Formats: sequence, C-alpha cells, structure tokens
Amino acid sequence: MSVWLWIILTLIVIGAVGWAFRAVGRAIRPGPFFRDMPFGVAYGYALAVALLLGGVWLWTLPNAIFFRWAVEGFFGFSIAAYLFRLLGRSVGTAWTRKMFRAMPLTAAFGLMVILIYAVLAIFAGVIAPHGQSEIFPLANVVPGGDPAMGGNPDFPLGTDQIGRDILSRLIYGAQNTVGIAFATTLIAFFLGGSLGFLAATLGGWLDQLLSRMVDVLMAIPSLIFALLLMTIASVWAGGEKGLLTLYMVLIIAVIDSTRVFRLARAVGQNIVVMDYIEAAKLRGEGLGYLVFREILPNATAPLLAEFGLRFCFVFLTIASLSFLGVGIQPPLADWGTMVRDLAQFINFAAFAPMVASAPLLAAGSIALLTVAVNFVVDWMLHRSSGLKE
Amino acid sequence: MTALVEIKGLMIEGRSDETWSPIIKGVNLTLNKGEVLGLIGESGAGKSTLGLAAMGFCRDGVRISGGSVMFDGIDLLNASAAVKRSLLGKRIAYVAQSAAASFNPAHKIIDQHTEAPVQHGVMSRADSIKDGIELYRRLRLPNPDEIGFRYPHQVSGGQLQRAMTAMAMSCRPDLIIFDEPTTALDVTTQIEVLAAIRDIVAQFDTAAIYITHDLAVVAQMADRIKVLLKGDEVEEADTRTMLSAPKQDYTKSLWAVRSFERPTKPAVPAGAVPVVSVRGVTAAYGKAVVLHDVSFDIHAGRTVAVVGESGSGKSTTARCITGLLPPKSGTIAFDGVTLPADYRKRTKDQLRQAQMIYQMADTALNPRLRIGDIIGRPVQFYSGLTGAKRRERVDELLDQIELDPRQYFNRLPSELSGGQKQRIGIARALAAEPKFIICDEVTSALDQLVAEGILRLLARLQDTLNLSYMFITHDLATVKAIADEVVVMKDGHVVEQGPKAEMFSPPHHPYTDLLLSSVPEMDPDWLTNLLSERGLDNIGDAAVDKM
Repeated sequence: MSVWLWIILTLIVIGAVGWAFRAVGRAIRPGPFFRDMPFGVAYGYALAVALLLGGVWLWTLPNAIFFRWAVEGFFGFSIAAYLFRLLGRSVGTAWTRKMFRAMPLTAAFGLMVILIYAVLAIFAGVIAPHGQSEIFPLANVVPGGDPAMGGNPDFPLGTDQIGRDILSRLIYGAQNTVGIAFATTLIAFFLGGSLGFLAATLGGWLDQLLSRMVDVLMAIPSLIFALLLMTIASVWAGGEKGLLTLYMVLIIAVIDSTRVFRLARAVGQNIVVMDYIEAAKLRGEGLGYLVFREILPNATAPLLAEFGLRFCFVFLTIASLSFLGVGIQPPLADWGTMVRDLAQFINFAAFAPMVASAPLLAAGSIALLTVAVNFVVDWMLHRSSGLKE
Repeated sequence: MTALVEIKGLMIEGRSDETWSPIIKGVNLTLNKGEVLGLIGESGAGKSTLGLAAMGFCRDGVRISGGSVMFDGIDLLNASAAVKRSLLGKRIAYVAQSAAASFNPAHKIIDQHTEAPVQHGVMSRADSIKDGIELYRRLRLPNPDEIGFRYPHQVSGGQLQRAMTAMAMSCRPDLIIFDEPTTALDVTTQIEVLAAIRDIVAQFDTAAIYITHDLAVVAQMADRIKVLLKGDEVEEADTRTMLSAPKQDYTKSLWAVRSFERPTKPAVPAGAVPVVSVRGVTAAYGKAVVLHDVSFDIHAGRTVAVVGESGSGKSTTARCITGLLPPKSGTIAFDGVTLPADYRKRTKDQLRQAQMIYQMADTALNPRLRIGDIIGRPVQFYSGLTGAKRRERVDELLDQIELDPRQYFNRLPSELSGGQKQRIGIARALAAEPKFIICDEVTSALDQLVAEGILRLLARLQDTLNLSYMFITHDLATVKAIADEVVVMKDGHVVEQGPKAEMFSPPHHPYTDLLLSSVPEMDPDWLTNLLSERGLDNIGDAAVDKM
C-alpha cells in the first residue's frame, strides 16, 4: 500500500512543481510561450526533469551496472556518430559531403553501425582473433578479461561452455546471420513485390488466386509454420548443412514474401488508378513497362520502409529458428544460437552481472543492427520525399 | 463606427526548403460590420492565407512575421489561446472549399452543427437543434426537419455546402470567412448556394470575407472587391466601380479573359467522313446504365464540346471512345472504320490516333519521371526514335507548347506549376501525333488567366495540326471560347446537339436553358434578376426536378 501512496505523492509533487514552473515563467517572461502553455505541458516538463534526476540517481548506484552500460553506450554512440558525420562532411566527393551535411544524427549512427557490421562481416577471417569453431580448454571464461573476476585477457569477451572464443564467434556471426538475413529479405521482396504488383495491375482471377493463397499462408502462425517446414527440410537435406541453410533461406523468404505481397498489392492498387497509368495503358504499353517504370518508382518509399522492418524480422526469425535448433547449424557461429547456448547465464544477473552479460552480447548485436537499419531507412524515406510532400 | 476587422501591414511567410519566403507582403484590410468583402486572385496569390490570418490563424509551415490583426478591438495576433478559443466558432466562423472533406464522416450533420454552440455555451443542445432546423429552412435545404439527422455522405455536395454555412451561422457570428465555397460545385447547384449564402448573410447582418477566383461569383456576393496578386494588393474598390472601371492593368487582364472566342468555322461539307463517329452507344457500370443511346460525330479540325453537370455521363462517353469501358451496344468508328470495343484489342496505330488530356495534371503525370521521359516515351514507343533523335523531337514538342526545352527537359512534374503541368499533358498527347484528342475538363482546375493560355494553345495547335477535339467541360464560358459544336448531356442522354451559334441562341431545350442561365455573369444584379425571374421559391432543386 505504501508504494502506491509514494507514487501518488510523487505525481502530486511533480504536478505542483509544474504549476509553479509555469507561474514563475509567466511572471518572468511575458509572451505567448508561458501564457498559452496548458497545464499538461507544464506537467510534462516537470515529469521530464524528475525522470532525468531519477536517471542520475540510478547512475550512481553501484548495482545498476546494466543501466550504466546503457547510458554510457548511448552517449558513446552519440559522440561516435557525431564524429562520423564530421568525418563524412570533410572527406569524400562533393555528393557524399552534401549528403552528410543534410544527415540527421540518427542516420549517421545507423550508417556507421551498418558500415562497421559490413566490415566485420566481410573481413571476419582477418579480424577475428580465433576461428569460429576453434575449441580451447578454457570453458566458461567470464567476459571482461579481468582475471580477478574469472576472466582471461586472451578472451576479452570470454568463452562459451565448450571453450570457443565469444568475440571471434560474434564476428563470424555477423557474416553468417546478417548475410543470410539480407539474402532472404531480398528474395522475399523480389517474390512478394513482383507478385503483388502483378496482382494489382492485372486484377481479376489472378489477383483472387494469389491473394487467397497468401491468406492461407498468413493464417498459419509464421514461426510455427517455419519450424514445421524446417523439420521436413532437415529430413530432405539429410546431413548436408549447406543445403539445409538454403532451404531455410527459401522457407523464410516465402513466408515473409506474403507480407510484402500484401503491401505491394495495396500500394500498387492506389497507383494503378492514377491517370498516368491509364494514359500508359491506352498507349498500349506492356506489363513490364507498367510495373517497372510507372508503378515501382512510385512505390519505393513504402517498400523501402517495409524493407527495413522486414530485414529485422527475418533476422529475428533466423535467430529464433537457430535458437530452437533448426536454423543455422553448428559449428557455424550464429547470434541466435549463441543466445540460446548461453541463455542460462542470465540467471546470474542479480549478483554477477559480468557472467550474465555473456548471452547479452549476441542479443545486443542483434538489437543494435535492428535499430541502426531502421534509423537509416527512416532517413531514406524522408529523403525520397515520401514524407516530405 | 469602428471597423470589425482591421488588418494593417500584414506580412506572412511560408517555409519551403529550409528558408522562409514571403506569402503576404504587407496587406491592409478593413471590414465593417455587415459588409461583404470579396478577395480574388489566382491560386498562390495568398487569398486563403489572408482569409485565415483574419481569424488570427495560420497553417503549419506558415508564420505571421509582421503587422497586426484587430478583431473588434481585440489584437488577434497577441491574444492568448484562451481568448482566441472564445472567439473562433462563436464570433468568427469559417466555411471551407470542400464541405465533403470538412465534415467528419462519422458523425451526423446536426451533431457537428450543435458542437460549437454547446461548447461556447450559447445554447443548449436542444435549442441548437431547433435553431439548426430553422437555419436549414432559411437556407432552403430540402426536408429541413430531417436532413440534419443524416450522415454527410447521404447528402449531396451542394446541400452539404449549405449545411456547412448553417453550421458557421450556428452561433450567429460577426464574421464568416468563405473560402471558395462554390468552386467544387456545378453551375446549377452553385446558384442555390450563392443565393442561400447571400440571403442569410444579409438577414443576420453578418460581415463576410468571400474568397474566390471567379469574378462573376464575387460580383454577385461582395460589396467591395480586393484584388490580390502574389501576396500584394493590386487594388480595392466597391463592386460596381471595380467592374465598370478597373484601374490596374492586372485587373483589366482578369476582366478581359472572358473575351476569348474563336471565329465560327464554315460548315462541314456534306458527305465528309467524320474522324470519330459515336453511334447509339449505351454503357453501364455493372447493372447501372449510365449512357443511353448516345450518338454524335466529330469532324476533322473541329471541336465538339460535351457539356453537362457532374454525373451526366460526359466522362463515361470518353471512356467508351478510348475503349476503357466497352459499351453494351453501339459502335465507335474512327475515319469510318469501326473500332474494337476494348482498347486491348485495338492496334497500336488505332491507339495512337486517339489521345487524351486529363483534368488533374497532378495525377496524369508520373511524379517520378522527368519531363523528358514523360514526353519521350510515347515518341519512342510509337515512332521508334531513340537517343539524339528522340531528344530532338521532345525539344520540338516542348517548343510547340511554349516551354523552353533546355529549362524543362530534366525537371520533375512537382517542379512545375499547374498550367505548365497541363501543357506537358498536351505535349504527351501530341507526341503520339494523333488525329483526335479528348480533353477531359482540362481547364477546370486552373486559374482563369492560365486556363485561357491553355485554350489559346489548344486552338493554335488545332489550326496548325488539323486536330479534332472532344472537349468535356461543365464551364459554358469555355464552350463559348473554343467549341464549334456542342453536345448537351443529362443523366446519360444527349439532350440537345448542334453548332455553337444555334445552341447559344433561343429556342433551347429547357435543360440547356437552365444550364445557360445558371452561368454567373459579371453584372452585379445578375443573381437578383435571375432569382426573381425564376421565382424565389423554386430555385435550384425544384427547377431541376421539373425537367
């Protein structure tokens, strides 16, 4: 009961502070800003200040190590993104410099993270200190590299239960997970996009057929469906791990293409009723010209936004499948599998944060890329004037 | 007597591409109680912005950078939000251009009507409903007792516009701002709305600012007229002086627009094969028959204007001719050869011969293609020219529509004005080297000066290229300017057809008569005379229903 009392009391105090803030503002600075400020806004200001103070207080607590990491990460990445943007503004061609000048900080951050991931993925073999399936006799080394805490300077992010270097596996994971997710998303877009536009342009029975098929596919929960198909595929593939990965790419691509189909069809239907499409039809243009020259350029903005989201979903689906054991097969490093393998360490979070951080490293990599991709897509959307007009 | 609204040296800026550019450049405006001021000008002249500023309001991305707006002694620009809230809706009301888009489709009309009076504490809800019904009666809406209890989509456009005027009147405001209230309406409907607005404004002695680009309309409504051009005031005078003796050249040019008229052409020689021949066409959307036995001919080098209200089947006729809507019965012949009903079955050459220019240039041009490609594609598609030759032909076409090729070749449609876009639409049609062009309301979305430029261009192209036009329009001034022959349509029937001279001189078919007499004239007494001629009680709906 006392907790509720405290919460109510705090909210009342914040309200009083907000009211006082507005009253003082009105007395000091005449003008429309304070005069027309509704109480709700004043309350919001007070609440924001209270939350900020609460954050600072939390920061000073010795146990709030994850919170401290989050704050440090936030500021660290902000500064890095700012510097990255500065760099972009001073080097490169006139075009890229102009692009960086108009770029918001979020987009710079996203671009920077994606670039880092790309470099890591491409040069994984050179950068990673060890091989992805190399097993050392030291299992369960705690991340941090501090021997007093159970770490080892040779393995800065520790080792997993059978003694593989986590840092190396994270780097190789970028190659496997991101590369496969990207390929899958591309296939899903090619499939869903072209069929969706086709359905929108031709309409009639083809539209009905495709749409109902998509409805059927969408009616089945996607993860369970994928799991089911993967089980069948693993029988077909036999022991061929490469073949199984290919099956996985195709299965996820088909399942995800249903969502892309719906979007492409909806967007396409809005475009095909335009007069310029009618003009092109009356000119006698073929289907290819209609779809690729008239419809596609006008549908890029929503499709791009969907690409950003879809990429993240595919990524998470692969991670989930790997987590369930039917995705990317060991010994290939994959972030989803890594989270699964180290998951039980999360139980130590309350008293040994460094131990518990082991599974969070791979999870954090996924989260960071997801955020970065979406920042970049938001910015591209804005640039391609989908939101500007 | 102090003025109700006094605007002094008002400066307004709009934000585009990160910079602020002026929209209104120091305009003064005074409005007395019970007076109606007409604001006219082209689109982009700042009429609406000025109208909204008179309420102390500006749209997003626009800011008031100087001057003052006084409403009955209250400084609106420095008034607190609370003070403004107590004024807007109660003492100042606004009637928007499109009532259909401004009503909330999810609520009944009367519920939206009572909102302001109840909010402002002027009346109880029950009183407000009673008052609303009374207003509907005064605005001569059909079934005033129950029309308010319908949803907006269950009421026609003209009725909705009157309901919106009633809504603005609900608190008996001192000032109403009418922003192009009749622009989206047919001429026959426009009359009813104009008469209703004029009467009710006079009855309650309300001051009004009437914004429009139609001179003839403003002549009926306003006591004084103010002409705006690119954010500057051109001149201001009372209506009669302004109409009879405009001082500035710009105003004179506005007045002169309506004088464009082409000379009558000699009669078509007997036995000539028409370019397009529509014979007994009946067409339907599903089961609803929208065209009944439509027949007419279009001869080489001639313009046939198809007139009628919205819903009369004008555009459907065009869709039948282009083959987008295969008719149920009847034939379309081109140069004496019957065409397949469906455009997909026509040959490339048959498609090339008939081109179309659309009403909304915005949706008729692909916003992602550059001008050079929009015009270049039909050139390449039909004549197979590529590279430098294609470029040469596109330049030639751009020259023909009086746009500089070097300047416009690489632009996107969004970088052009409305009139320029419409010219690109014309160039795209010309690129196919057609014999026949369907012009679907090509000037109705344009300002009068710009529209006149387009009409002159079309006329010149017709003379040099011997083109035939089918000109769909609801504007009889346009018909007078460009047509050789006229086809009047109503409810999918051809009511009357013949040469222009015959059509514009009596005797008429009653519907043609109604249509002709409904076109506003520049005479400020026109509306009064017309209403007394028709008898005040049966204007509008009643008159149409009798047909």
